Amino acid sequence: MSNLPEAFITLRGVRREYPGGVVALNGVDLDIDRGELVAIIGPSGSGKTTMLNVMGTLDRPSDGQVVIDGFNVAELSDTELSALRAFRIGFVFQHFHLAPGVSALDNVADGLLYTGTSIHERRERAEAALRRVGLGHRLTHRPHEISGGEKQRTAIARAVVREPELLLADEPTGALDSHSGEDVMRVLLDLHETGTTIVVITHEHVVATRLPRQVSMLDGRVVDDRMEILA
Amino acid sequence: MTRSLQPGRLNPLDVVRLAGYGLRARPLRMVLSALGIAIGIAAMVAVVGISASSRAQLDQLLDSLGTNLLTAGPGSTLFGEEATLPDESVAMVGRIRLVETVTAIGQLPDAKVYRTDKIPVPQSGGIGVYAVRTDLLETVGATVATGTWLNNATAQYPSVVLGAKTAERIGIGAIYEDTQIWLGGRWFTVIGILDPVPLVSRLDLGALIGWEAGRRYLGFDGDITTLYIRTNPDAVESVRGLLARTINPARPNEVDVSRPSDALAAQAAAKTTFTGLLLGLGAVALLVGGIGVANTMVISVLERRTEIGLRRSLGATRGHIRVQFLTEALLLSVLGGGAGILLGSGVTAVYATLQGWPTVVPAWVMAGGITSTLMIGGVAGLYPALRAARVAPAEVLATT
Repeated sequence: MSNLPEAFITLRGVRREYPGGVVALNGVDLDIDRGELVAIIGPSGSGKTTMLNVMGTLDRPSDGQVVIDGFNVAELSDTELSALRAFRIGFVFQHFHLAPGVSALDNVADGLLYTGTSIHERRERAEAALRRVGLGHRLTHRPHEISGGEKQRTAIARAVVREPELLLADEPTGALDSHSGEDVMRVLLDLHETGTTIVVITHEHVVATRLPRQVSMLDGRVVDDRMEILA
Repeated sequence: MTRSLQPGRLNPLDVVRLAGYGLRARPLRMVLSALGIAIGIAAMVAVVGISASSRAQLDQLLDSLGTNLLTAGPGSTLFGEEATLPDESVAMVGRIRLVETVTAIGQLPDAKVYRTDKIPVPQSGGIGVYAVRTDLLETVGATVATGTWLNNATAQYPSVVLGAKTAERIGIGAIYEDTQIWLGGRWFTVIGILDPVPLVSRLDLGALIGWEAGRRYLGFDGDITTLYIRTNPDAVESVRGLLARTINPARPNEVDVSRPSDALAAQAAAKTTFTGLLLGLGAVALLVGGIGVANTMVISVLERRTEIGLRRSLGATRGHIRVQFLTEALLLSVLGGGAGILLGSGVTAVYATLQGWPTVVPAWVMAGGITSTLMIGGVAGLYPALRAARVAPAEVLATT
């Protein structure tokens, strides 16, 4: 299944070494196709988050090749990488990172801030995105007024309001109870249905096993990559 | 799908909105650091405003008093002795074309003024007694506060008009028919009190009697102490040039000619030195305010690393982040500067009103205030903004 021409993400011999000699990624080869829904699973310290940062162009590898949507990351300037993120990649973080004191609508609308969209259109699309994650009734609520699951769904709405082709989620259910986690998973599965490529990082097997493909990591290497045909 | 990677442009309104959001998130800190700038600007605006108001008041005063009054007095001879003015000088000056009025006063150095004849001789209060002509009032632009001025009749008899300070010093506030003072060893009836005379302040501490009364009762010899000349307003300088030679053709160097309004203007100019010093203090306050803004922004960048990382993940370029933080610093300074201008103008208005001056805050001060706060905000925000743009998103997003 690797080396398919329609791969959206291609990692070749990717190595990421931090100052001080810590090797977070140690020669990773991986291809993720358009429209896939992939879990990256591993214990803490296995390099999952570094992998996500490298895929999301927030970090550059020390060595190896990263190609995102046909763009070789090594050949792009910092500004071009920013544009790549603005138009093609959405992020979801474990701790949501919502702006306090700002309504859910405006938090989501900020997802379009760096795409050159007018404020009117930003708000319109933010409302649609919030309805899409089932938060049509929370538009004017501020982060401290909504539950953890709703916060994460707001963060997902912010990530997808740009309609990115790739959604990267770092432990999206890690800070949530199982019920809220379930809501969030359902939203991710729905997005997958509509064709978004999604990579979910998790250390929970329960979460990983619900996704069609699971990439296991240990000590900065991919140790297992299995595809399951879900019923 | 486009294959070029052009970052989206950030609308200027959005930049201001972002900056406003950053400031609103920590209102107390914003107010405190804006206060530093506000105090500096307020100090400078108030200093300039107050001095401008005082100058406006002086201009108004000179306007009403006229700048066309000249005085001529006997100077000293080449050998340092006191010179005198010839008796005919009044008539001679009056013949100069473009001289409107001319009048003379003569001091009676031996005459002293007392409230009553019971007061010990040494306590004369430094009041000067002058024999004056009846046209003195209109020539020097003096006005009567209470009572009347000397006329041709009262100038012959022991009547006296007091200067404003004289009346205060010997304790006469109102005039009755029998108000008298002990002047030169005899009783004089007080018939009037003058308002202060800004152009000829010596009259304020004077007791004015008629020319004839001086000769008749106090042995005045008619020597002229000073000539007051009101000229055509357009001919002040040319008349000034002629005066010395007209008054004393034989020894023009012995005549002192001056223009009292020049002295008032010089007084005002002397105050500007002081203004410069205060402005310097205001500038120091402003500098300290700028450092406060820089400090606030540096802390803000440290605290908001996660927000910066998030914005980078949403597609913000380093330039977007720089602009956001720079604008925040500018907004902070301009808010402070605006408050400072209001505060400084308020202080000027209160001070000027209390002094009875017109309130003047020149437009250039306001423009200068805003410009300097923009410059300070720019300088103070530059380093924090550069630092914010250097934040590595992967690091700050992973640690929380």
